[in-house]
Amino acid sequence: MPSQIKLLAGRAVPVRGNDIDTDRIIPARFLRCVTFDGLGEHAFEDDRRGLKAQGKTHPFDEARFAGAAVLVVNSNFGCGSSREHAPQAIAKWGIKAIVGVSFSEIFYGNCVAMGLPILRVTVADSEAIQALVEADPRVEVAVDVEALQVRVGAKLFAAQMADGIRKQFVTGAWDATGELIDGLPQVKAKAATVPYLRAFA
Amino acid sequence: MSKATLFDKVWDLHAVRALSSGQTQLLIGLHLIHEVTSPQAFSMLRERNLTVAFPERTVATVDHIVPTEDQSRPYADDMAEEMMTAIEANCRQFGIRLFQPGSGKQGVVHIVAPEQGLTQPGMTVACGDSHTATHGAFGAIAFGIGTSQVRDVLATQTLSMGRMKVRKVQVDGKLTPGVAAKDVILHVLRQLTAKGGVGFAYEFAGTTIAAMTMEERMTVCNMAIEGGARCGYINPDDTTFAYLKGREHAPKGAAWDKAVAWWRSIASGADAVYDDVKTFRAEDIQPYVTWGISPDHGIGISEAIPAKESFAKDEWATVEEAYQYMGVKPGQRLEGFPVDVVFIGSCTNGRMSDLRAAAAVVRSHGGKVAATVKAIVVPGSEAVKVEAEKEGLDKVFSAAGFEWREAGCSMCLAMNPDKLKGRQVSISTSNRNFKGRQGSPEGRTILSSPAMAAIAALEGKVADVRKFLK
Ligand code: SF4
Repeated sequence: MPSQIKLLAGRAVPVRGNDIDTDRIIPARFLRCVTFDGLGEHAFEDDRRGLKAQGKTHPFDEARFAGAAVLVVNSNFGCGSSREHAPQAIAKWGIKAIVGVSFSEIFYGNCVAMGLPILRVTVADSEAIQALVEADPRVEVAVDVEALQVRVGAKLFAAQMADGIRKQFVTGAWDATGELIDGLPQVKAKAATVPYLRAFA
Repeated sequence: MSKATLFDKVWDLHAVRALSSGQTQLLIGLHLIHEVTSPQAFSMLRERNLTVAFPERTVATVDHIVPTEDQSRPYADDMAEEMMTAIEANCRQFGIRLFQPGSGKQGVVHIVAPEQGLTQPGMTVACGDSHTATHGAFGAIAFGIGTSQVRDVLATQTLSMGRMKVRKVQVDGKLTPGVAAKDVILHVLRQLTAKGGVGFAYEFAGTTIAAMTMEERMTVCNMAIEGGARCGYINPDDTTFAYLKGREHAPKGAAWDKAVAWWRSIASGADAVYDDVKTFRAEDIQPYVTWGISPDHGIGISEAIPAKESFAKDEWATVEEAYQYMGVKPGQRLEGFPVDVVFIGSCTNGRMSDLRAAAAVVRSHGGKVAATVKAIVVPGSEAVKVEAEKEGLDKVFSAAGFEWREAGCSMCLAMNPDKLKGRQVSISTSNRNFKGRQGSPEGRTILSSPAMAAIAALEGKVADVRKFLK
């Protein structure tokens, strides 16, 4: 039985910017692989290198954010390609929950299917959480999937998640495969009623 | 909530049951796989001791890593060879059809499935690839999925999915000369924005869409995902049926007539109710080019790059990043902007009509690819390549200095050896102008139609194709 995911806590890392697409999260050259292992070190690789070349540092390279478990982002995060390599790279880097304003649907679905909780907060709250974490990188950030809250130190922020999805995490049903398999007899019965699956006979 | 649309009818037909999470267990009629997003799914099957439930409903091809120059095996790139070997072994083990290079059927997954008549109206189609929306051109509900979901479809032929809302995107009127389907979708994306479609299925409708060929419709639906919509579709009509008739996997004989009757019945009815409707006029659309780093950063060729103030405030940071990354300024026009690389191909614009449109520009211009430009033409499939060569298009391109390649994704995402270098500017008929998309972390991409890409190759800079049409 897959595991229930109710509460995750740890330090956080803010990655600012809207419309961060999956090509930026994991550039296509790292999709040349047959397993997801080893993707973690390449998360945001081109953004990290680009900043380094300008004498700046990407949050994923800052020592003060090393070991963070919660990623805090802004709007339309994960747009673009359907590659699950993107959330896999983030998870392999060590992230156990993502908090942001909005996400592309496929990215969101991939996170759910992987058991990586992904919570929505308002624009103002995402920026406030990022500012708090930047001011004190050691502050504990608790992502409460059950209560739909993000606690940063003593401050509480309301979060959102569709009710069905929330239920999937807290009951362990995020791993849908088992339940889908249980439905196979009904799937077969359904298939027998679909005109093109019966060759229009 | 929407009612009586094609989306509703197809969804209801394929809904197996409600899951404990409240999501729907949705039956997938056609599952397509390729070498990049499937190997981990097969590993997950093995780890859990699962098998493929309906192997005859999954079809595989290879496209992303396939080299478009030297295709002899083993591939020069070890990793590409390993991925190729993995999909071959997986298909063999689980009894899945694979369109191999050299079979005449290989090509970009979203080009070959329609070509073989596999994609049909009323189907649910899933593929571990976001441009699966392309298949919606046939009146199918087609969406991209991640690798864990590929595992679920392999294991059960179903997915856990939440229902989408339906937005009608209506385009009416006659397109002016030089304006292509690509320009229509870039115009729509700009108005509806890259995230405006999140939560929606887009139904493309109106007289402009109805007048389009199937290939043009595929170009439009292909980029629905660039607007945030999980899928885009067009109601099936006589154009759809004429395209399908006689294709290898299309119904034959008595089944054909029954199929056509059913296909007509699943189109959105006159009584259809939409969650939202947006309308556009064909006359307002010019040949488009993108100036930024998101597919909704497009402008008509005679327009100036917009000021950040014309965007929603939360987009300003992205817009500024786009100016800086691309090396452009608001108020500037793109006409005359020098280009280094021209890529004609991809699942957006790698079909026969796209190559014909580009070749027509080459013929009417009469010149050669500018000395400073590297221009490649990559047919979307082996079948497209054969047909183009039969028409002599390869010679038109080669004589003008374009490189004529083998079928694959190529420089759309640069997983094979075709890549930008440094800050090179490419004008590309593909679908994504994201930072670093074409293989160089600083590379710059301008999206356009095939005709606009061809004229840029010949002129060495972004140009207005309408000025060269005879
Ligand atoms: S052509 Fe480009 S967008 Fe289409 S499937 Fe290939 S990589 Fe993806």
